[in-house]
Amino acid sequence: MAEKEIKGKERYKSGVISYKKMGYWQPDYKPGATDVIAMFRLTPANGVDPEEVAAGVAGESSTATWTVVWTDRLTACEMYRAKCYSCELVPNTGEGTETEAQYFIYIAYDMDLFEGGSIANVTASIIGNVFGMKALKALRLEDMHFPIAYMKTFDGPATGIIVERERMDKFGRPLLGATTKPKLGLSGRNYGRVVYEALKGGLDFVKDEENINSQPFMHWRDRFLYCMEAVNKASAATGEIKGHYLNVTAATVEEMIERAEFAKDLGSIIIMIDLVIGYSSIQSMAKWCRANDMILHLHRAGNSTYSRQKNHGMNFRVICMWMRMAGVDHIHAGTVVGKLEGDPAMIHGFYDVLRETKNEVNLENGIFLEQDWASMNKVMPVASGGIHAGQMHQLLHHLGEDVVLQFGGGTIGHPDGIQAGAIANRVALEVMIQARNEGKDYLAEGPEILQKAAKTCSPLKAALDTWKDITFNYESTDTADFVPTATGSN
Amino acid sequence: MMTNYGNRMTQGQFSFLPDMDDEQISAQIKYALDNKWSVNIEYTDDPHPRNTYWEMYGMPLFDMTDPAGILMEINECRKTFPNCYIRVMASDATRGTESVKMSYIVNRPSVEPGYNLVREERTGRTQGYTILPYACDKPEGERS
Repeated sequence: MAEKEIKGKERYKSGVISYKKMGYWQPDYKPGATDVIAMFRLTPANGVDPEEVAAGVAGESSTATWTVVWTDRLTACEMYRAKCYSCELVPNTGEGTETEAQYFIYIAYDMDLFEGGSIANVTASIIGNVFGMKALKALRLEDMHFPIAYMKTFDGPATGIIVERERMDKFGRPLLGATTKPKLGLSGRNYGRVVYEALKGGLDFVKDEENINSQPFMHWRDRFLYCMEAVNKASAATGEIKGHYLNVTAATVEEMIERAEFAKDLGSIIIMIDLVIGYSSIQSMAKWCRANDMILHLHRAGNSTYSRQKNHGMNFRVICMWMRMAGVDHIHAGTVVGKLEGDPAMIHGFYDVLRETKNEVNLENGIFLEQDWASMNKVMPVASGGIHAGQMHQLLHHLGEDVVLQFGGGTIGHPDGIQAGAIANRVALEVMIQARNEGKDYLAEGPEILQKAAKTCSPLKAALDTWKDITFNYESTDTADFVPTATGSN
Repeated sequence: MMTNYGNRMTQGQFSFLPDMDDEQISAQIKYALDNKWSVNIEYTDDPHPRNTYWEMYGMPLFDMTDPAGILMEINECRKTFPNCYIRVMASDATRGTESVKMSYIVNRPSVEPGYNLVREERTGRTQGYTILPYACDKPEGERS
């Protein structure tokens, strides 16, 4: 364990020396104002010194290869070397517990290791080769910190929460949305029907499915044309600005731009992409949106393949950070009470990095590193999946006001039709905001507040009766581990 | 007549709820003041969804800290423009927001005739859409 860094001539003798000796383990290092910091959860391979693996992660994510190279000496290599400066056992792991030993490791990288304004470049280092190193069994990127100077090389969200609200003329309450159902098979004409009914009923947005692109049952141009007929007709029926997230996801960026241009020509205020299109495509679309006054909605399709398991992959909160830098305006970030994975404290952490101007360290919410967002626009989180009007008090309590509450089944599955479903959601939302503003204990009194409003709103009554017992109470796989007796899943 | 829920224009935070009485409006004003937001009152006879700049009923009430005083202003506005839409807004000057935080309607015309959706046939199957409030069929100043 007490291996020391070797310096001078000995350091560059041909052959193999440990990563620690090469200078990637610097326990006395204090990160500076130009350091990017990455914090990982490391599970070393059996019998391997954790500090040596930690140094290996620092090495392989920066300048090192498996052997000594003399060409290091042509560079300011000590600056380019990432430095692992902390390696601590994760509470509740290792000897005497049911989980094998894991370590939280902190690594500092000078920001000159990265190209400005490129998420692709950051990720190629930070989540590149290191995840496949034989010396480790598993690795998970838990958190990151970026210096203000580096943050300023990104444009950030094309629109942002504040401007989105100003453009839509909607203030003081969460926005309401729904995803068109069924996911697949509707013709363009039938699809637009769902959009019209939901928007006229009172929703602000309807959304395409992440896997609705241009299939045999509905060509994309047909979808766009019918959806915009629905949006405009609903706008005229209510006097409100309405939108439909037109998913422009396609095989190539050129094709996506073509679809986005068509959406713009039709007067859409918002387009949509999926996370699976990749970081550079997302940044391209964000730049296009910025140049064309368009709101950009991002569906997080695919993230759970690498964000859900606690010991390997990456924390979704870091995806949220990267997406804010990349420039999306909306991102699906969990519901707490709905059908998809999400420990409440972790979801609060996701929302914090999307919406705050500065994040302080908050271990309970999984925030290990502070982050100043350098006046970057805020991203509107979207809560979607298994939520309904009867949970309005809980949704407002957990998710706050700057969020899109997306009721798909909870709108379209209403027994009296889609408009009735939308009315129920809007009335439930407005009455809960009113109660909150009046200073009522709306979380405790929520069910009564809803029942009272339902007396004069039969669609709300039907919604409450239909879904009264629906909850999704499963244990989360991803929790924070900040103290030995952390949340449920340990 | 409009055919949506409530048969009325639904801009603002509380248009799906029964109209608020003075006590309820005062509670909302108090919420704004407790948050250190400034309140202003605006009116219009043009309910177009993109009519951003309603007429200001005086300056924002930056220095008024009593909900009763603001309610009095609202009632003065209602008396002066009984057949206009009147909304109460609250603005947050905090860095990172510097924008509107509340907006709710406290007065409406007795009749809300709704909107005409005008379609312009364009090339291919595309349409250009224009929304025209029927309330604006008459010239400004003669609408109520």
